[in-house]
Amino acid sequence: MSVLEIRDLHVSVGEGDDAKEILRGVDLTVRSGETHAIMGPNGSGKSTLAYSIAGHPKYTITGGSVTLDGEDVLEMSVDERARAGLFLAMQYPVEVPGVSVSNFLRTAATAIKGEAPKLRTWVKDVKTEMSGLEMDPAFAERNVNEGFSGGEKKRHEILQMRLLKPAIAILDETDSGLDVDALRVVSEGVNKSREDSDVGVLLITHYTRILKYIKPDFVHVFVAGKVVDEGGPELAAKLEDEGYAAYVKGAPEVASA
Amino acid sequence: MPDQNAPTTTGLTTESATLAGELFGDGVGTQAGPPAVPAAGTGTAGQAAPGAHSHGGSTPTGSPAERFTSTDPDAFGVPTGREETWRFTPMKRIRPLLDGAPSDAHLTWTTDLPEGVELTSVEAGDPLLKGLPEPVDRLAALARQRCGGAAVVRVAKEAQPDRPVTLGLAGTGSDDVVWGHLVIEVGAFAQATIVLDHSGLAKYAGGVSVLVGDGAQVKLVSVQDWAPGAVHGGQYDAVVGRDATFTQVVVTLGGDLVRLVSNVQYAGPGGTAELFGVYFSDETQHQEHRLWVDHAVPNCTSNVLYKGALQGEGARTVWIGDVRIRPAATGTETYELNRNLVLTDGARADSVPNLEIETGEIVGAGHASATGRFDDEQLFYLCSRGIDAETARRLVVRGFFADVVQRIGLDALQDRLMASIDERLGALPALDDQPVEVA
Repeated sequence: MSVLEIRDLHVSVGEGDDAKEILRGVDLTVRSGETHAIMGPNGSGKSTLAYSIAGHPKYTITGGSVTLDGEDVLEMSVDERARAGLFLAMQYPVEVPGVSVSNFLRTAATAIKGEAPKLRTWVKDVKTEMSGLEMDPAFAERNVNEGFSGGEKKRHEILQMRLLKPAIAILDETDSGLDVDALRVVSEGVNKSREDSDVGVLLITHYTRILKYIKPDFVHVFVAGKVVDEGGPELAAKLEDEGYAAYVKGAPEVASA
Repeated sequence: MPDQNAPTTTGLTTESATLAGELFGDGVGTQAGPPAVPAAGTGTAGQAAPGAHSHGGSTPTGSPAERFTSTDPDAFGVPTGREETWRFTPMKRIRPLLDGAPSDAHLTWTTDLPEGVELTSVEAGDPLLKGLPEPVDRLAALARQRCGGAAVVRVAKEAQPDRPVTLGLAGTGSDDVVWGHLVIEVGAFAQATIVLDHSGLAKYAGGVSVLVGDGAQVKLVSVQDWAPGAVHGGQYDAVVGRDATFTQVVVTLGGDLVRLVSNVQYAGPGGTAELFGVYFSDETQHQEHRLWVDHAVPNCTSNVLYKGALQGEGARTVWIGDVRIRPAATGTETYELNRNLVLTDGARADSVPNLEIETGEIVGAGHASATGRFDDEQLFYLCSRGIDAETARRLVVRGFFADVVQRIGLDALQDRLMASIDERLGALPALDDQPVEVA
């Protein structure tokens, strides 16, 4: 049982006079087994929230706290956060030339588990998960994200989530740029993790489309750097019909998503 | 920025700025590029006087409009280091290769010749030698003259040797300059890989001329794994036949000074040239790679990818990539890319891409050059998967090299080269020694 607690989180980008506050007091609690959807218009700071939790150096925490089971996440380095059980599926996964997917996955699994996984079971696990995500086995010998299509990148992110088995997974606009087929496959991967593990999911999205496949327990509306409304799945239905107009009124855009 | 050297002409895409921005931090460690002055004759489509001899003069950009060539070393004069083509080179260290003292010194050859391949030699004055592209500098002209003849590797037409032709060329530690010339003649429609594996201690001036027959597919791998103190200069020429493919992979790791000039010309339309290179310069090593791709016939393609890393005080690399598209070379497609990874302070990488385009009727032409430190986004990505920063750094650098090394396509050689690179980077975690086959 894990709990990710975000309290009054303030985050800015830039230095000195150019510093710009993007998150303005975010409160959120994600527990094992729960699926939370964060929905908001472009520029509301959704991705900033995701990257701040993961520890991207671009963002400066100016106030508030993030804890995982009471441990101070903000004090941890990026890799320590991952080893503590956090996982971020990125919107724009980075190409790493010359590093094969299989080498990368095994290095990551070794880091997370603290010891190299047994070759035999590992190979089988990777194969099984890849086939579940309808990925060609040849994929494993390609360089990380290099020349991947949008759909391949997202499948690769979910493949990592499946293999690394995080306590809390943050999915940053995993649905963006996917065709219906890829969206279905990726969603099935996420749902499988929700069924066969106790993972807590923080699903960040601009559209309601992915919520047809991944049913959230809680929906949070995110505008101008904080949560402005909360509810159950019915809130997503309302957003589908009415959009963000009611929330955005008077709230200036603070950042590009 | 290096891209300012590029003449802006129809069809040219210059991506340096974007790429550099994506790949690296804000120009950290960038020391690339000479003054941003267009070369003589650049950007003036169709006006370059054929045969004009321009060594840059007052506009030093590394891209003479026309190259002077000669088999007579004295036609070049003795370089002082102020010439455009020599201004990056440490003249004191390369001097023996420019003085031209005659010598009988040789490298020790270890050869592996598959069936369908013969190794022979020709005397000076042989008609085969007369037809080769001429030397472009004094060093190359001396090498050709002093060695008096050439070794010749012949791959019969339509031959498909079952393994690569390997020539291990080892220095014997002699102080005398070794003068050498190797001609590789590949018959029409043959498919062959030739590996030149340089090692040991030598002062070596060696020319390599590759004649790629029509429709042939030739891969030339040249490994410079010299012992410390070695000096190696040479001109590599490829003449690419009609519809032929020439791939060159240059790997420069060892030696005190390595200066290779690689030239490509096309004998007929439809040819493809792929020039890959990787270099790793440690303390005080000077590694210089100069490329010249001359598109003079229609519908040919060239693709250049050179990547280098530098670490330690006085590590120095130079990459010059000249591509010329002459008026007749319609339908040309060319791209060149140079990336330099500066691992420590005190190292310097020069990177100068030059594109000269004299016809608008091309498929595409572009180049990019980026010099910098680590890519923070790559590190963040790996670390966000639990991998510690030091391991992530090694993975990124190792991958940076592997990206080019894997284009050799010979597992044993690739493993040897990557092991050598690993050793210089510091040992990687044991995990990496046991790659996993998932497929």
